[in-house]
Amino acid sequence: MTHVTAQTGAEDSLAPVLPSSPAQEERAARFIEVRGLEKTFAGDGAPVQALRGLDLVVPEGSFLGVMGQSGSGKSTFLAVLGGLSHPSAGEVRVDGIDLYGLPGERLADFRREYLGFVFQSFNLVPYLTALENVLLPLAVKRMPAAEKRARAIEVLGRVGLADRSRHLPGKLSGGEQERVAIARALVNDPPLLLADEPTGALDSETTTEVMELFAELHREGNTIVMVTHNLEIRRYFDRTVVLKDGRLEGGPPAGEAG
Amino acid sequence: MTLRSIAVASLRRRKARAAFLVAGLLIGVATVVTLLTLARSMSGDAEASLESFGANIVITPKAQDVALTYGGIDVGGVRVGDQGLTMADLERVRAIPARESIAVVAPELVGPVQVKGSRVLLMGVDTRAQFELKRWWSIGAGRPPENGRELIAGARAAEVLGLRMGDYVRIRGERFTVTGTLAPTGGQDDELLVAELGAVQRLLDRPGELTLIEVAAAYSGAPVDRVVQQLSAALPGAKVSAVREAVASRLHAVDRFKGFSLVIVGIVVGIEILVVFLTMMGSVSERTTEIGVFRAIGFRRAQITRLVLLEAVAAGLVAGVLGYAAGMAASYAVLPVVAEGAPVAWAPLLGLAAVVTAALTGALAALYPALRAGRLDPTEALRAL
Repeated sequence: MTHVTAQTGAEDSLAPVLPSSPAQEERAARFIEVRGLEKTFAGDGAPVQALRGLDLVVPEGSFLGVMGQSGSGKSTFLAVLGGLSHPSAGEVRVDGIDLYGLPGERLADFRREYLGFVFQSFNLVPYLTALENVLLPLAVKRMPAAEKRARAIEVLGRVGLADRSRHLPGKLSGGEQERVAIARALVNDPPLLLADEPTGALDSETTTEVMELFAELHREGNTIVMVTHNLEIRRYFDRTVVLKDGRLEGGPPAGEAG
Repeated sequence: MTLRSIAVASLRRRKARAAFLVAGLLIGVATVVTLLTLARSMSGDAEASLESFGANIVITPKAQDVALTYGGIDVGGVRVGDQGLTMADLERVRAIPARESIAVVAPELVGPVQVKGSRVLLMGVDTRAQFELKRWWSIGAGRPPENGRELIAGARAAEVLGLRMGDYVRIRGERFTVTGTLAPTGGQDDELLVAELGAVQRLLDRPGELTLIEVAAAYSGAPVDRVVQQLSAALPGAKVSAVREAVASRLHAVDRFKGFSLVIVGIVVGIEILVVFLTMMGSVSERTTEIGVFRAIGFRRAQITRLVLLEAVAAGLVAGVLGYAAGMAASYAVLPVVAEGAPVAWAPLLGLAAVVTAALTGALAALYPALRAGRLDPTEALRAL
């Protein structure tokens, strides 16, 4: 994956260019950059501080595991990182782009062009077939229909579901649905994959299958950030950080952690 | 895969919700189509009945200062000359801009003649036009005159002069065959002798002249007042009068029914909008997570709004087509009950309007739910995140 964005003064361009300069190599090294990230929700009573001053730098091509107990702020962190939830304070940069400095609906464009989401409960659209679900991110892209279809079929084949393309999600097993969700996240060839508890609803055998797929994507150069509380899959990450009460505790690389 | 195909897939594969949405619109469209078709059919039937009453416009010479009563014997007051009507005026009548609205033009020349020692009125007419205009004329015995040597007699004239079918009469030296007698009408026509216009003009030595022109303007065409206006402009030397009572009664009856229909249509469309609104609001709430997914994978707010609107428009198009068919079927079932014998008025434009209106109504009713869907916070929508 070599998506790097030319950063103009206005930071309003999402057009990728090839990395060629030391500055761009530096940006690849700081592919994800989080500074002083805070997120506070207005609860029924006192405000709830879900994230408390997070700082994090993730190089391009990493497979980062974000772990922590329920309520530690992992999913909130992923939502903010994915441009879905504005932080109360701080800054998030992906490939040099200040996400929350993007004007208007450019944040939606950013998600479409830069991100692939994999959700815990798959969140496939129930009335669309596997192929149509994979095609969804391309629905609002200007490209020939035949090209969209060919791309979706290719990605479905890559996750081993070429023969299930016409099935509705209700007719697929949990593992198959997860793989369709991964194919949907991959169809745009995004520089960054974000996964929220992707194995949370799977048995151990299917979990292994799905994690092997993520590992393969990582080996191909994809940058992946995965939120999980499943210690069993920690070995797939090349770096793990732990969130506790909205603070980043950090963590050694997976290999060192054993 | 496009927004449109997503909308269509949503309707096709969520049949229960789509059926409810389509049914809500369909019932409305069918009701509107039925009411409007009934209104059109009934007013068409009423117009046909009114037209059977005869002329609704009478053209007389402006200078004429004697009532156009051709009953009795003395019509000496009928003045002709420079201000009189001529055959050339018929062409002017047929050339007005609203000529499509003119159903019948019936020229007449009336003058007194001596027959068997009695003075009677002889009327020259265009036989076909006259019978078309005066639907109440029927031949009691015989047939209408077919050439310049034939005439028919009104019931009273035939009785007084002792004329029967096949008799010959001499008028100013010319011999005419009586081809029939008119059935009694109870009016002035009973006292007439009626012959071909050309023959009467020759006999009365008034070539090309006319006493009056009667015009039947179709009620379904341009308003009668406009036809009168155009005729007055085309014939500056003539007096053009509308038979107001017929026009007024027609307008009154038809307009009241149309007004009633419009009120019902308004109520039905209001209910229709409410049904679609509630259905789409329910749909948006039910699909919160799905909308969150769309937002997460890069759909813009406007694209989510368009997606919801497209569904409503697609449902509206289906409901429009089915509703029009159902409305026409209902019209066939109901019309014989409310207006026996009236033909159902088919209007392809109503079909087009039904489909377009159903689609627009669907879009209008779904506008707020669609905007609400577009404004959904993706993290609220994706509770998992």
